[in-house]
Amino acid sequence: MVSARKQFDVLIVGGGPAGIAAAVSAAQSGKRVGIVDDNPALGGQIWRGETAQSNSEAAAWLAKLHAWDVEVCAGTRVFDQPVSGVLRAESGDGTYQIEYGKLILATGARERFLPFPGWTLQNVMGAGALQALVKSGLPVSGKRVAIAGTGPLLLAVAAYLKNDGAKVVAIYEQVSRTALAKFALKVAAQRGKLAQALWLRKELRDIPLITNAWPVAARGNGVVESVVLCRGGKHEEIACDYLACGFHLVPNTELAVLLGCRLQNGYVQVDDFQQTSQPNVFCAGEPTGIGGVELSLIEGQIAGLVAIGKEGEAQSLFSARRKMRSFAEALDRTFALRPELKSLASTGTIVCRCEDVKYGQMTQHRSWRAAKLHTRCGMGPCQGRVCGPATQFLLGWTPESVRPPIFPVALENLISETHEEKEHTFVM
Amino acid sequence: MSEQIAVSVNGTRVTVAAGSSVAVAMMIAGASCRTSVSGEPRGPLCGIGICYECRAEVDGVAHRRSCQVACTTGMDIRTDG
Ligand SMILES: Cc1cc2nc3c(=O)[nH]c(=O)nc-3n(C[C@H](O)[C@H](O)[C@H](O)COP(=O)(O)OP(=O)(O)OC[C@H]3O[C@@H](n4cnc5c(N)ncnc54)[C@H](O)[C@@H]3O)c2cc1C
Ligand code: FES
Repeated sequence: MVSARKQFDVLIVGGGPAGIAAAVSAAQSGKRVGIVDDNPALGGQIWRGETAQSNSEAAAWLAKLHAWDVEVCAGTRVFDQPVSGVLRAESGDGTYQIEYGKLILATGARERFLPFPGWTLQNVMGAGALQALVKSGLPVSGKRVAIAGTGPLLLAVAAYLKNDGAKVVAIYEQVSRTALAKFALKVAAQRGKLAQALWLRKELRDIPLITNAWPVAARGNGVVESVVLCRGGKHEEIACDYLACGFHLVPNTELAVLLGCRLQNGYVQVDDFQQTSQPNVFCAGEPTGIGGVELSLIEGQIAGLVAIGKEGEAQSLFSARRKMRSFAEALDRTFALRPELKSLASTGTIVCRCEDVKYGQMTQHRSWRAAKLHTRCGMGPCQGRVCGPATQFLLGWTPESVRPPIFPVALENLISETHEEKEHTFVM
Repeated sequence: MSEQIAVSVNGTRVTVAAGSSVAVAMMIAGASCRTSVSGEPRGPLCGIGICYECRAEVDGVAHRRSCQVACTTGMDIRTDG
């Protein structure tokens, strides 16, 4: 195991569109720019596994990144800030201590999962999750896939899987047809890439899009065999090899919270210049609001420019950002969860998958903290990233403050000279 | 992805497309990734390194998030499921 030090004028955490755009914008200055990402390759969620042939936009941004002298630390995950201006990160072969002048958080989002009977069966997973696995080599040709939950990601995934040879039986969207139609009109009016990507995709034409419908149970013996859906007040059962089910996205705000950045309505609060409430710390992309790849790219560029003192240039992007932000607000409104989903979990349904804590055990407690103390919910390796957003919706619980390490870290990596330094600093 | 490589899942040889993740190799082998605290077999949930449901032993290192690790030829993958 190695322990190495690195030093950057501008450090970016997250190598999705927002982080890549930030790095490209900041690198023009000739300053030392570094980018750290947990994934083995850059691209974030949407550009995972893309090649120059499959996505020219992704390829163009990556080419710009490589043209500048940006140091890329892939397969590396930031887990702590022992002292202000220094982050600690873990990779497959050891730890890094990374000093920064300016920091840009571009940590993206994850899918929201809601518990229902059978959701722990194998091959029941997120919609983006199944897409990510297919991008990482999972063959789905001829497989029956039911897609359920909420959000535009369901459509993108349906189109992707169909292209890959899967038999997408249907998309079950919990919102009403009227709400969806209103949203479609707004998207079409923007003539953005999203409109083309979603509503005009020919792959989607023969996949039934069933609104006002949601999964109530998955059935199978160890592995999913069918899903029961509530549709127009009636239940119907559909056979499937995969149930791809996600309820829109939740922002990855843990690192921002660890650093002391203020949140607003669950998102990282930023000013016009993407500056957080902490000095020298910026935030761009999904942690500030779920608005899709175009908004992430714009916010990333603004943050990158401001980090190198080019506020004037950054301002020219403000009007584009304003338009995209109104789209983000429309997303949140349109795909808000309907109250019926709160009764999907029964007392025997596992809610915390790390510790196998059931819904009935959790409802005996008044708060997240009390439930955590008594049932161990949220104490497993995912640190509540799955059951936290679920209980927030089901029980109205707000998660507690974040403590380091924000991800489980190998014990030998946790004990470090930096922490000794930290104690030292506190003593002084 | 056209080139195929061979890995071992619980001692059985499995071929996967080069570049595939370890989670995918386990799914192709029909193995669950881990057994939960109460004994349920589990597979990937998030696909992006968040949930830890896909963790397995890779080349002797326990608890790797298999969705975030790419297969290499001859890799020894062990599940507890
Ligand atoms: C599973 C999934 C699939 C998606 N698929 C699509 C799609 O097909 N089409 C679409 O339009 N939108 C998709 N989205 C929505 C997507 O989030 C946005 O379109 C876009 O990727 C946002 O870009 P971003 O740069 O803000 O965040 P992301 O692309 O999410 O990038 C954030 C990056 O930060 C890294 N990271 C986070 N925390 C740390 C840390 N502590 N240390 C190191 N690295 C860290 C992550 O590994 C990730 O690579 C998907 C979302 C998810 C969750
Ligand atoms: S599937 Fe969630 S961490 Fe790998």
